Amino acid sequence: MTFNLRNISLFAIMGLLFIAVGIFNSWSTSLFILNFCLISAVMSLGVNIQWGYAGLLNVGIMGFVALGGMAATLVSIPPVYGAIDAGGSGILFSAFLTAIAIAAIYYAYNKLKGGTRKLVITAISILSFFVIRHYLDPAVDAIESYDSAGTGNLGGLNMPILFGWVLGGILAAGAAWLVGKISLGLRSDYLAIATLGISEIIIAVLKNEDWLTRGVKNVNGLPRPFSVPYEVNIQKSTYWMDLANSWGMSIVDLSSIMVKLSYAALFAIVLLIILYLSEKALASPWGRMMRAIRDNETAAEAMGKNVTGRHLQVFILGSAVVGIAGAMLTTLDGLFTPTAYQPLRYTFLIWVMVIVGGSGNNWGAVLGGFVVGFFWIEAEPIGLWFMDVITSGMAEDSDLRSHLLKSAAHMRLMMMGVILLLVLRFTPKGLIPEK
Amino acid sequence: MTDFLNAIVLLLNFLVIPGIAYGCQLALGALGVTLIYGILRFSNFAHGETMAFGTMFTILATWFLQSNGISLGPIPTALLAMPIGILAAILLVLGTDKLVYKFYRKQKSKPVIYLIASLGVMFFYNGLIRFIIGPDDRIFTDGSRFIITAREFKEMTGLDQGMAFKMTQGITIVVTIICVAALFWFLNRTRTGKSMRAYSDNEDLALLSGINPDRVVMIAWVLTAVLATVAGTLYGLDKSFKPFTYLQILLPIFAAAIVGGIGNPVGAILGGFFIALSEVAVTFAYKQVIGYLVPESWAPEGLVQLLSTDYKFAVSFTILVIVLLVKPTGLMKGQSI
Repeated sequence: MTFNLRNISLFAIMGLLFIAVGIFNSWSTSLFILNFCLISAVMSLGVNIQWGYAGLLNVGIMGFVALGGMAATLVSIPPVYGAIDAGGSGILFSAFLTAIAIAAIYYAYNKLKGGTRKLVITAISILSFFVIRHYLDPAVDAIESYDSAGTGNLGGLNMPILFGWVLGGILAAGAAWLVGKISLGLRSDYLAIATLGISEIIIAVLKNEDWLTRGVKNVNGLPRPFSVPYEVNIQKSTYWMDLANSWGMSIVDLSSIMVKLSYAALFAIVLLIILYLSEKALASPWGRMMRAIRDNETAAEAMGKNVTGRHLQVFILGSAVVGIAGAMLTTLDGLFTPTAYQPLRYTFLIWVMVIVGGSGNNWGAVLGGFVVGFFWIEAEPIGLWFMDVITSGMAEDSDLRSHLLKSAAHMRLMMMGVILLLVLRFTPKGLIPEK
Repeated sequence: MTDFLNAIVLLLNFLVIPGIAYGCQLALGALGVTLIYGILRFSNFAHGETMAFGTMFTILATWFLQSNGISLGPIPTALLAMPIGILAAILLVLGTDKLVYKFYRKQKSKPVIYLIASLGVMFFYNGLIRFIIGPDDRIFTDGSRFIITAREFKEMTGLDQGMAFKMTQGITIVVTIICVAALFWFLNRTRTGKSMRAYSDNEDLALLSGINPDRVVMIAWVLTAVLATVAGTLYGLDKSFKPFTYLQILLPIFAAAIVGGIGNPVGAILGGFFIALSEVAVTFAYKQVIGYLVPESWAPEGLVQLLSTDYKFAVSFTILVIVLLVKPTGLMKGQSI
């Protein structure tokens, strides 16, 4: 992007907003919003890779975010040896059987033809379903009944959570490969519907497979990355206490700010790396090819480009970035709650970010992540204040007044919808247009 | 013999009747999606919310009627209130079309832009619905609960298993038959309906022969609003009204429309029943049925449930995937009204 005055000032205004929140509200809140925005910006970069570069519509961002979160959880929590003894071998054997079944189906698909092929594949699928369930079910029961109040799952690898970020990207990429393989090359709507489906299923699995991530019982107390300190340690250290005294802050505030700052630094590094790579990719011959395919598939195909193959590639890349962001989000929260994944919040909000920021432009996607993320969080106090002003003339006990005040939280859904529609119609190129 | 009959009744009671009622609701929903796809050529992601919006106004009108002491006796009052919901939904979608989609039609935008616009519309509707009626569960069924209760059935037939036929299930089936018959009469017999089919088949040719596109689009939206409200109200009567669930049934509805062949109304109905029955059949626990059919010593220990009910979305998705892999145009040939 050319660093023209307009774009720099847009980012500067964003910075000023954070400072304003810091001064008028509290620095802790400001940093909380900043962390949220940094993660949102990574997600929005991932979606921009899919939509902005290639015109692919992913309506299942939530699923990839959740996969990333699962990866971070499974990598970082300690293993539960009792549960592994009880059912680990059963799970492994089922996984082995699944692999055999898939290999058999693949073999049959390549070797057979026509009616026999369909028949054989159906038979293998049904047979393997029952055989796998036969071995899987007792193993799952054994694991879930082992210390079900405390753990009730297999546990994880007990490795640094940062590895989970990588694994999150890989898992999301795998899911994207599966979805893309099925639905790319068909009508463009089918990818949207297929991603919508896979995301619902991923969430359903995470909610119900207790042996994996404890389902709706949640996993909390995830370890922090090595670079992020714990509040308690800061509060104990004399160095920080002196510093807090000399600045006239309470040590509790200071420790919470330091923790959030450490997270922010980590997220900013990831964001910058991904942004750098995306910019490089966009400017490379590969990026030009992607845009050529997006703008005219027929012409690109006539030039000998493998449109479906490239689409698959870019879809996997974008999903991997979303998966990494999902792992970052779970790391920040320190807990994994499958019920928290709501499509409005994790799929459609990210879309608003990309469209508002400027699809096809990485800086635009980042800015969109910041602007929309900021207002998503701030919309609630703004909405409440707005409702307060509107209803100030009404009687204290009026039903309408209490209803309006109660509904203020839903205002932001409407607001986001209106913003998306207005931007799409009047400035379809977004805040920072594509070059 | 009685064991065999008991097994049949058990299946009818817990699998076939609920499956058919659910299939009716999905079919009506899928018809709306397919109509919009046939005429405006995009997948309308706001359809679930349109259903919820129409249902919401039906509920508000039902409350109004109830508070004035008006009821239909054994039949739910919501049926009397449905015209209000339909009217509200029609106004809503026509307003949306004028403010949002019309612009993109003039621009001749790509379908994918419509799709994103429909995402924005969905967001807006969603907020609007929660703003007006709140995110909570609303039960608005009244009148008698059953046409035949399990006990009456047992007394009538002398079997161990009872078959309950809920009022809402009966209403769902009757209303769906009326709606579908009226829709097909309209599409196949009236001049306007024929012009819609022509427009869907070949837009340019239809325009050349003097069909007014604005009128066709308007009627498509009106029909969609009617179907969505009816489907949403029936679903709400049968289960309960919760804004969130209408976002979730979007997936089975899309699956039904695609499995049947998107753009094809007959396909949408077939797809609806296919998806609904497989969903219920795969998540049904067969333990008792098998218990009736085999000698006692063979009876299974577990529930004999293929998948837990939480995975019902996985069923519609799997069917969708198989259809996309094997026959992307759907069971009936898609893309024609």
